[in-house]
Amino acid sequence: MTEPVALAPVASAKGLTKRFDGLDRPALDDVAITIAPGEMTGLVGPDGAGKTTLIRILAGLIDPDAGEATVGGRPATVQDRNALGYMPQRFGLYEDLTVRENLDLYADLRALPHDERADRFATLLDFTDLDRFQARLAGKLSGGMKQKLGLACALTREPRLLLLDEPGVGVDPVSRRELWAMVSQLAGEGIGILWSTAYLDEAEKCDTVFLLNEGKILASGEPDELTGQMDGRVVRYPVASDRRRVLREALDEDSVIDGMVQGDSIRLLLKDGADAPPASAIDASGEPRQARPRYEDAFVDLLGGGPGGTSALAARYPEVPASDKPAIEAHGLTRRFGDFTAAHDIRFSVGRGQVFGLLGPNGAGKSTTFKMLCGLLTPSEGTGTVNGFDLRTARADARQSLGYMAQKFSLYADLSVRQNLAFFAGAYGLDNSAAREAVESAIETFHLGPYLASDSGLLPLGYKQRLALACAVLHRPPVLFLDEPTSGVDPIVRREFWSHINGLVERGVSVLVTTHFMDEAEYCDEIALIYRGEQIATGSPDHLKEVAGTGDAPMEDAFIALIEQSDARREEMEAA
Amino acid sequence: MSFRWPEFLRKSLIGPRLRAIFAKEMLAVLRDPRARLILVTPPLIQFFLFSFASTMEVTNIRVGVLDLDGGQWSREIVERIEGSPNMREVRALRSDAALKTAIDRQEVIAVLRFGPEFSADVAAGRPASVGAVYDGRRSNAAQIVSSYMQRIVGDVSAQTPRGSAIAVRLEGRGSGTAVRHWFNPNLDYIWFVMPALIAIIAAVSSIAVVSQSVARERELGTLDQLLVSPLRTHEILIGKMFPPIVVGLFNVTMFVILTPLVFGVPLTGSVPLFYLSLFFYLLALTGIGMLISVVSATQQQAFLGMFALTVPMIILSGYASPVDNMPGWLQAITWLNPPTWFLVVSEGTFLKAMPASDILSNTWPLAVQAAVSLWAASALFRSRME
Amino acid sequence: MIDPASHPRLARFAAMMSKETRQILRDPSTFLIAFLLPVMLLFLMGYGVNLDATSTRVGMAVEDDSGEASSLAGAYASSRYFDVVETGPLQRLRKSLVSDDIRAIIVIPQDFGRDVAAGGGEVRVITDGSLPNTASFVAGQAEGVRATWAAQRASDRGMAADPPIDLLSRFWFNPELASRNFLVPGSIAIVMTMIGSLLTALVVAREWERGTLEALMATPIGMGEFLLTKVIPYFALGIVSMALCTLLAIFVFGVPFRGSVFALFLIASVYLVPALGQGLLISSALKNQFVASQVALLTAFLPTMLLSGFVFEIASMPKPIQALTYIVPARYLIPQIQTVFIAGDDWGLFLPDMAILLAFGAVLFGLCLRFTRRRIA
Repeated sequence: MTEPVALAPVASAKGLTKRFDGLDRPALDDVAITIAPGEMTGLVGPDGAGKTTLIRILAGLIDPDAGEATVGGRPATVQDRNALGYMPQRFGLYEDLTVRENLDLYADLRALPHDERADRFATLLDFTDLDRFQARLAGKLSGGMKQKLGLACALTREPRLLLLDEPGVGVDPVSRRELWAMVSQLAGEGIGILWSTAYLDEAEKCDTVFLLNEGKILASGEPDELTGQMDGRVVRYPVASDRRRVLREALDEDSVIDGMVQGDSIRLLLKDGADAPPASAIDASGEPRQARPRYEDAFVDLLGGGPGGTSALAARYPEVPASDKPAIEAHGLTRRFGDFTAAHDIRFSVGRGQVFGLLGPNGAGKSTTFKMLCGLLTPSEGTGTVNGFDLRTARADARQSLGYMAQKFSLYADLSVRQNLAFFAGAYGLDNSAAREAVESAIETFHLGPYLASDSGLLPLGYKQRLALACAVLHRPPVLFLDEPTSGVDPIVRREFWSHINGLVERGVSVLVTTHFMDEAEYCDEIALIYRGEQIATGSPDHLKEVAGTGDAPMEDAFIALIEQSDARREEMEAA
Repeated sequence: MSFRWPEFLRKSLIGPRLRAIFAKEMLAVLRDPRARLILVTPPLIQFFLFSFASTMEVTNIRVGVLDLDGGQWSREIVERIEGSPNMREVRALRSDAALKTAIDRQEVIAVLRFGPEFSADVAAGRPASVGAVYDGRRSNAAQIVSSYMQRIVGDVSAQTPRGSAIAVRLEGRGSGTAVRHWFNPNLDYIWFVMPALIAIIAAVSSIAVVSQSVARERELGTLDQLLVSPLRTHEILIGKMFPPIVVGLFNVTMFVILTPLVFGVPLTGSVPLFYLSLFFYLLALTGIGMLISVVSATQQQAFLGMFALTVPMIILSGYASPVDNMPGWLQAITWLNPPTWFLVVSEGTFLKAMPASDILSNTWPLAVQAAVSLWAASALFRSRME
Repeated sequence: MIDPASHPRLARFAAMMSKETRQILRDPSTFLIAFLLPVMLLFLMGYGVNLDATSTRVGMAVEDDSGEASSLAGAYASSRYFDVVETGPLQRLRKSLVSDDIRAIIVIPQDFGRDVAAGGGEVRVITDGSLPNTASFVAGQAEGVRATWAAQRASDRGMAADPPIDLLSRFWFNPELASRNFLVPGSIAIVMTMIGSLLTALVVAREWERGTLEALMATPIGMGEFLLTKVIPYFALGIVSMALCTLLAIFVFGVPFRGSVFALFLIASVYLVPALGQGLLISSALKNQFVASQVALLTAFLPTMLLSGFVFEIASMPKPIQALTYIVPARYLIPQIQTVFIAGDDWGLFLPDMAILLAFGAVLFGLCLRFTRRRIA
């Protein structure tokens, strides 16, 4: 054997099997994985696939029922923990300690010598841009900052193995991009990194990817290998207008297994061996061009394709009557907390049958705006209306006409699926037969049948989100408020969600949505970009791309460019 | 398990929103079998534990005797002590040093000390004396044991030659007091404890349920989901008052049945009046619990708030010691304490056949407390939404 | 600060301790449980619970108009044990007794004067038996007042009234029999139980709930070390709170302190061992703040209140309950703490109890280590 020692894997496991009480299938079933030094190893899969269990076994925090995990040549449970960096999904920060105190704690725990500390902290704080916030309590940081601090704590002493459990959930594109840059730099220094994620654009950039589904490894290897198999199956059609409807029709074609709106065109994934449907069949304005496949395409293909284009929900939804009043209006909404302005002079209006997106980094003021518009927060200044009802004077009427889906799962976890549905039907004033009908229809539409008696807190994330949407539309509201409805869920469920949203919009429902998935932003008719409490740009996706000067590049680039421009303007003003 | 309303209620009394929130709140409390156990088991354990443990009688007493006399009269007294049903052990001590150790180590609570001349003095008709030493660390028990001793010594004293002579000579001394204890002829301590416990346990269990209600939803994020629905503030709060009242009624009913059956405490008063008063009592408790819940940001805060409040509520209720014995300023504070009022109703209903006028005069303060605390809770709830 | 390069274990230890201390200082609930609640409890026990003789509200029905009757009525009215708030016919007083307006009725019956002259003369006392303690107290005092009155009359007529056998009672340590003197030191036991068991149960469960323990477990810190860094700060907190209570007891409530400070410190320290062990065990076994707090309440707070001999005499309880008290650590603390306050140091009493408490502590900590493994599931 002449293989150099340096290339031996930092961690490896084979035959891993783990069952948890009360679950009928194993969380992990005969899983093998290797993590090479100096590489980014991606771990992707839908929620409930077993990603967290696998990471915890590698961290030595769970004993597998069968198989073995080795880290640095030793069994994972007795590995050298000074050489392990682990960032759990919830970051593991002490919220009542400051940034600096958290760092000090983990440095001491990992035995980082004092004389190395100044350099190391300087690097980490610079690297994470937390230098200014050293004295701030971790609990007072924004989501993105917490995540960076979590990473810094995992890195206090340069590890040989770094395990990151879904570090990107609920984090905005800017922060995610920065985090990626930081971590890939570490890979360059020879650390072995395992990055678990639901964002497939991140997986695409990994050196090796393991795709986990229902406890089994479905595919592993370089992402390009898998993506390459999709060559020739991805096409783009230019569409002049009404892209959502065109997409729906395309998705209903037998030959199409997935698709999405992208700029001024729609992008379709074709069934293996199928021909692209002619433009006329789907009402596209031009013939298809081949497009470069992405890892996500391979993922969707491996998992059996996305849902069709027609939404069963929309099919039963009553048409929202036409009205000359806008469905949602914000007139100079401002909210101050003490001397901090969380949102300043936000104004926009959403017409009937439109999707309006609120985008922005974590902590920028999106949620504040959102809460003011659904009556959870009273504005310091300005007014808002929903379906023509003023939130100050006709709050109850306004509420009756909106459906709300919170960022975090916020149904009753200890009630069953059916009990949740029944409660919300009643809460929206549906009586006996109307309530029964609404509940039955929701069960059918969202395929909740098998779970009716389960505690909703124990549902897989995808079903939780379905149930949350089902509860929000029981009373058939003309206006929907969706706060990061797809955060953390896999692409298949995301597609299903958007097929419902698109279908509802065609029935005249107006939707206000926030999201961190920039491909989803493409579905919006209009977008307001909120940054540091200010509405820095408003318009259609195409318009924003134009303003940002990023042309046909993905929305994410426009988002980042606009934020950078705003920073530059502010710095200029501060300098002047 | 699914919760269903009786048909007439479904049809008429309440609209779908209120009905939905009632059903949801009841399910939240009762759906989980473990939760159901937590609601009923600790109160039952407390009920029995308190009933057996909280005794103010002193039995199984250990006393010492240092008998330097050994004569007829000292033996007479010792035998009577040994014969008393409350005594467990009468330990013979040999010296003053042994006496000191026995008391210091709490081996005995009291020691009787007979001097060498004791029987001789008694027989000769000279005034004689017995020394008694008690452990003042346990002042309450010591006091009671001292009264037992006094009775025994007094009885023996009357039978001495000199005692009989005095009884004849001292005409007009009066022949004592005839005591009758109304409502509880044998002064059974448990007759007092059980009705008091009903008031206390109803308070503890219903405040524990309601104090979690809003705080829990706030912490878990479900409160936002409620607030964006058309449910009005009063509907949400009325819904949340429902489970503690039902749980309180259930627990109290269980105890009202058990108390006469298991402990033989008479139930002499009007049960409907008792329940009327109980309803306002539970409302007042719910209002106070709701205040805690609305103010708390997390379940932990609500728990600590609940704890910090129920301890003084119990101590000031009159259960631990009579309200009469407290200093005036503290008695004034007890007027704000719902258990203080309901304790009177509960004791009155069980033991005293208390008439309606007295029940009502102890109930209207509860109604006022309920109105004020519920009003304050809903005002705070509204203002915390801003 | 300790450099981890040379002493990694010590450095970890110091870091965890300073983290825990900071959290204690920043958490308002610590302040509530360790300082506010103890002070409140002491005040309530000091002022609110009074088992001592005080004056009782009574009604008096004088049915005789003789001189003897009014003389005895005067004796009752001037007694410091009675507060005659109502006089009148028995019929009306009965109603007041039902309404809780009075606690007893003293009846000086018709022909009392004549009966006295004939060598009799009985006073009738009707008490409110629904408050048994007050009732038996009233009955005793009513007889006392009557006997004193009779003896006074006898001696006025030149007749000696010394009893043949005189019982000379002395109450050691607490001659004035102030219940405060044992209730206030006893509350210190409750306070230490709250800090040791309740607060500690909450803090470890919090680390499980918030996911911080998961991150800690991935570092080299040993689980034994982790537990120890929880124990030491809360031990210190318990001692500080105990000291605060002691100062209040002595200087505000005037409870005597006859033992040594060293003995008190040692007694408290030894008691905190099983108390902290129990708190840690509850939270490491349950991992959920709410459940942990409920269990701590039921298994630590309540037994300390009821089964420690603090308020209720253990010897008077039924046998099975008495047996239960043997596993309540506070049972072994109460005699020590009452002794060190009002009797003085008595090592013969302290040491056996301390040995038992340390044995409890050893068992509880052993169980803790079993439960707190470096594993998530």
